[in-house]
Amino acid sequence: MTATADAPTAAASPSAAARRRPLAGPRGRARRRGAALGLLAWLVGLLFFLPVAWMVLTSLHSEQDAATNPPSLGASLTWDGYRTFFGADGGASPWPSLINSVTASVCSTLLVLVLALPAAYALSLRPVRKWTDVLFFFLSTKMLPVVAGLLPIYLFAKNVDMLDNIWLLVILYTSMNLPIAVWMMQSFLADIPVAIIEAAQIDGAPLRTVLARVVAPVAAPGIAATSLICFIFSWNEMLFARVLTGVRAQTAPVFLTSFITSQGLFLAKVCAASVVISLPVLAAGFAAQDKLVQGLSLGAVK
Amino acid sequence: MTAPTAEPHAPVTPAPRVSPPQPPNRLKAWATRAPLLPALVFLIAVTQLPFVATLVISLFDWNSLDPDDRHFTGLSNYRRAAEDEALRESVLTTAVLTASVVLATVVLGLLLALLLDREFRGRGVVRTLLIAPFLIVPVAAALLWKHVLYNPDYGLFNGALTWVAARFGDDSPPQPDWVSEMPLLAVEASLIWQWTPFMMLILLAGLQSRPTDMIEAARIDGAGNWQIFRYLTLPHLRRYLELGVLLGSVHIVQNFDAVFTITAGGLDTANLPYTIYQTFYQAHEYGQASAAGVLVVIGSIIIATFALRVVSSLFTEEASRS
Repeated sequence: MTATADAPTAAASPSAAARRRPLAGPRGRARRRGAALGLLAWLVGLLFFLPVAWMVLTSLHSEQDAATNPPSLGASLTWDGYRTFFGADGGASPWPSLINSVTASVCSTLLVLVLALPAAYALSLRPVRKWTDVLFFFLSTKMLPVVAGLLPIYLFAKNVDMLDNIWLLVILYTSMNLPIAVWMMQSFLADIPVAIIEAAQIDGAPLRTVLARVVAPVAAPGIAATSLICFIFSWNEMLFARVLTGVRAQTAPVFLTSFITSQGLFLAKVCAASVVISLPVLAAGFAAQDKLVQGLSLGAVK
Repeated sequence: MTAPTAEPHAPVTPAPRVSPPQPPNRLKAWATRAPLLPALVFLIAVTQLPFVATLVISLFDWNSLDPDDRHFTGLSNYRRAAEDEALRESVLTTAVLTASVVLATVVLGLLLALLLDREFRGRGVVRTLLIAPFLIVPVAAALLWKHVLYNPDYGLFNGALTWVAARFGDDSPPQPDWVSEMPLLAVEASLIWQWTPFMMLILLAGLQSRPTDMIEAARIDGAGNWQIFRYLTLPHLRRYLELGVLLGSVHIVQNFDAVFTITAGGLDTANLPYTIYQTFYQAHEYGQASAAGVLVVIGSIIIATFALRVVSSLFTEEASRS
């Protein structure tokens, strides 16, 4: 245990007195093994985090320092990478693409909620015949490859003049996330005991009141988790965005791919861009770790 | 995204959630179904209709660079697709990529989950560190691996090799060009890095939902760590392992970002999504791309039918509970 000392949040570690006991006998051996495994967990954790840390560090280096071999750990830090990314040197500004990403992610998430909430409500609280079949239909649409529908969507968009239009992405992202959202919210809403709702109804409460007073408070965390995941998936999506947008409706991930050809010439800038674009997802994900797991497993893991 | 439903006949008897029995009433029945309709109609319109269109287009000889020569050609696109070496190879690549990444992430994720299931100082911090790779935007992660880690001249990997070699007085350590020497492995490594945390999170949740009393009882009866793992933990984790494999496969089969960014489909790393994207977006062979798309969907239906059976068994407990 002592080997892994410098952590701020100790998750229920044995008391200090217990730790000071001499490491001898079978208990001491078990404890030493525990300490070694704790240390191993730290090592693996740091190893997985290393590329992320390295990305942040590189983004804060000058281009010369970023491209050295062996790496220059002691180099002075600078915001130049971020400045270039935000168009300081006359490059394309990332703002339009960031705004497009926000628009597409937020609007599609809202649309998903509008469509998925009633559906999940019908599937979990109200009797719908063959409800499991309906539920599996939703999931099956998620399992089939996006590419198979891409061409007709492209042709359709071209004919109705919706290429390079952010609202087309909003619609597609909604369809992409709707099945997941229905599943997740169905599982969250199913946690609400039917008895409570019935009791409220018998007491003569109108549907509106039942929803607002009984269903909403219990379901709110689940709805929040669902929104978060829809937002992340939309924010990350690239295939649709790449094929269906051009200049005006370009999203942040597509903007990022414009750096691919640079072959690392602007390493600090690429890293700064990656950090900026990943930041909303990182922040949201760290803030809602538990809900994230529950949501990503379609509510099956509780 | 499309396609007819593979409806599994879930071995579930949906316990009727019907409130007090009411007289069957057409209006009432529609009222309960109505909230479902917007979502259903939307999903069918946006995902199933395009697939029908793909089916139709796949029967035409249609190259967008030569739009006047569009004509019905029957199944010849399928014959060409079946004979297409590149397509067959991309099927193989997709299978290898998906299987290896899912297998590696599940094994690594399980080991990590077991490590994190113990109590040690800073467990919350380690967990947060481990989640980070999963939260990096996929394109950004692929760029990070390609330029910052793999780059043969100043990537971190070769930089570390140089640094370590210099400690031992070696001035010319090996400096492999990772992406061109081991392209598929390079793509796989970046995906494994991104998806291991996801598996770890699901399996950790599984570990933490284990009934502790049973483990205590087994320990009192003299069961060793391995026996407890083999006969108690692993069976309990089965549902979570299946869920992880299923969700991981669904996402990795469809991976586009990593292949597109790291190798641009070169060096035998083109998977199905990339090959179809290329056939239609760069080669403008609409009929060909559609035929390939239909074949992929047929393959996916076969896999999905199987997968949905797995999930339905997974959710049986839940369904019967509700």
